[in-house]
Amino acid sequence: MSGREEVLARVRAALADATPTPAPAHVRAPSPVADVADLFVERVEDYRAEVRRTAAADLPAAVADALAGVATVVVPDGVDAAWTSALGPGVARPDDGLDAAALDQVGAVLTGAAVGIAVTGTIVLDHGPDQGRRALSLVPDIHVCVVRASQLVADVPDAVDVLAVAVGGGRPLTWISGPSATSDIELERVEGVHGPRTLRVILVADA
Amino acid sequence: MSGTFVGMPAFPTAARKALEDAQLRSNLNHATHTIRDKRARVVAEVDDWEDLRVAGAAIKDEVLTNLDTYLVRLEESLTRAGATVHWARDAAEANSIITGLVRETGAEEVVKVKSMATQEIGLNEALEAAGIDAWETDLAELIVQLGHDTPSHILVPAIHRNRAEIREIFLREMGEVGTPAPAGLTSSPPELAEAARLHLREKFLRAEVAISGANFAVADSGTLVVVESEGNGRMCLTLPETLISVVGIEKIVPTWADLDVFLQLLPRSSTGERMNPYTSMWTGVTPGDGPQDVHVVLLDNGRTDALADSVGRQALRCIRCSACLNVCPVYERVGGHAYGSVYPGPIGAVLNPLIRGTQSPVDKSLPYASSLCGACFDACPVRIDIPELLVHLRSRVVDEKRRGRPSAEGVAMRGASWMFSDSRRWERVQSGVELGGKALRNKPTLGRIPGASAWSDARDAPAPPPETFRSWWERERGR
Repeated sequence: MSGREEVLARVRAALADATPTPAPAHVRAPSPVADVADLFVERVEDYRAEVRRTAAADLPAAVADALAGVATVVVPDGVDAAWTSALGPGVARPDDGLDAAALDQVGAVLTGAAVGIAVTGTIVLDHGPDQGRRALSLVPDIHVCVVRASQLVADVPDAVDVLAVAVGGGRPLTWISGPSATSDIELERVEGVHGPRTLRVILVADA
Repeated sequence: MSGTFVGMPAFPTAARKALEDAQLRSNLNHATHTIRDKRARVVAEVDDWEDLRVAGAAIKDEVLTNLDTYLVRLEESLTRAGATVHWARDAAEANSIITGLVRETGAEEVVKVKSMATQEIGLNEALEAAGIDAWETDLAELIVQLGHDTPSHILVPAIHRNRAEIREIFLREMGEVGTPAPAGLTSSPPELAEAARLHLREKFLRAEVAISGANFAVADSGTLVVVESEGNGRMCLTLPETLISVVGIEKIVPTWADLDVFLQLLPRSSTGERMNPYTSMWTGVTPGDGPQDVHVVLLDNGRTDALADSVGRQALRCIRCSACLNVCPVYERVGGHAYGSVYPGPIGAVLNPLIRGTQSPVDKSLPYASSLCGACFDACPVRIDIPELLVHLRSRVVDEKRRGRPSAEGVAMRGASWMFSDSRRWERVQSGVELGGKALRNKPTLGRIPGASAWSDARDAPAPPPETFRSWWERERGR
């Protein structure tokens, strides 16, 4: 018998006397959130990420400010050209197939996002065109992430709803709650291990 | 490289040794109390926490009682998404599948995401025997590996080490296997984390093969989920060309929508955060992004034995959050090593005997490694009734020891039943007890009982009264 057949046979034998439990009714608790944007900002800052709020018209300046002092920033192809319009010449570079070692030499990455979750202060990337492949938002040490107010949801169940389409389409997802962190030494939280040690979130008001 | 749990003594022996280590007790006390308070704070923020626990348990129960259907569904989804699915009956089969896959790539090393399943099967030792270096990349796992140590906690495997010990390990060992620790390294946690970043970065950037576990596997879509904090998981899941994930057959959730419950339950129960820093989700192969050679090894290794136990089955709901360890008065004092397994604490005390059987001294003793206080059940996000399971497993251990012979307790109970069933018999016994009570008039307790000294040495049984209630009643109110 193959491993597959034997494991399945063992499962069936183990369940011979079991009554199959019916699928539970799905709970969906409402999360009463007074102001989703305010809560999102508060909760992201709680992870010691930096958050700026800006009007759509001021986004290029906010991006330039968040990237001040950075020599090169990798920018996925789908990012709106206006976002990088206030950067100095030669700072933004496209993702032209950089390998991991080359990405390690890049100072920062600029991406959009798919969803922002207020209650948990989480940003979810579905790695669409304005977010790029996963390595881009992982290897550089600074991640500047632009979230539109219209992308905010109250809580985790709302985000799971919104993201169902991306998952159904086979897209990978990265849920990001603050900068990389560890509590492995005496359970004391330290920000910054392998992922980007600095996370700067720009929340753009809807135009 | 790391230590092993093979041949561990019974829990009481190992616990006695652990209790003599004052440093260990101080490290554990600090760590468990810190995380206990954090968890309590973030759980209190969620109004419908109890509803979420009930839902988490119900979703898992439904999966477990229909597991064959869901396993086949998961296999179909994964295959459709471009992953190759392997099935492993036990640890040896899983290790041989994985070793073979790594060999096929030609790689001589792998980077690893923290995974309980791969520790359970002793994968690192198997790879080492095959001449393949396995680098643990989670900070705590790195500390354990470099210290030639064994893990002592599900979430924080190096919880038994303090910062000074970690500094010493880094200074002594890092240079032996790669980038050395910076000269002048102090014991401040940010500096130690920085040393780990520098040490592991070269390994991430050159890695061709990664090995992970999975926190959840979505049957409908074939999506695997890894929940982590440091970004080492993202590095392993993203940069190498080949990714091999070892997934216990109980890790399934039916649909994508079911994850909302677990993504709320797990981080708050585990690290005491509203959400962990990073969660990666991937569905087979994504062209042009991440590993293009994706394998999933579905692991039994005793899980079907636990599934066959109608009471024990609920232990397979476990999502490895470690909340039960952090609230356990026994774990807090003896630490994880005494449990003789990668699964320590209350969940380990039930999971190990269920999946490994109750043959070895340590597995036989684990159901007794508890005061049955019930704190673990209250903390469990999927409502595993650990005290019920401990009692269930104790009776199994006792039954196996008796092998059908009646126990002394059983004989005594049958005698008591005979005595109580007839009032004249009962009166005759009582007059005997009165004689005994008169003889012991000045002693408040029975003291050592010959033939039952193992029982009486640890307990004070009150001496019988010189007069029974019945004879008192007869004397005072009789006729």
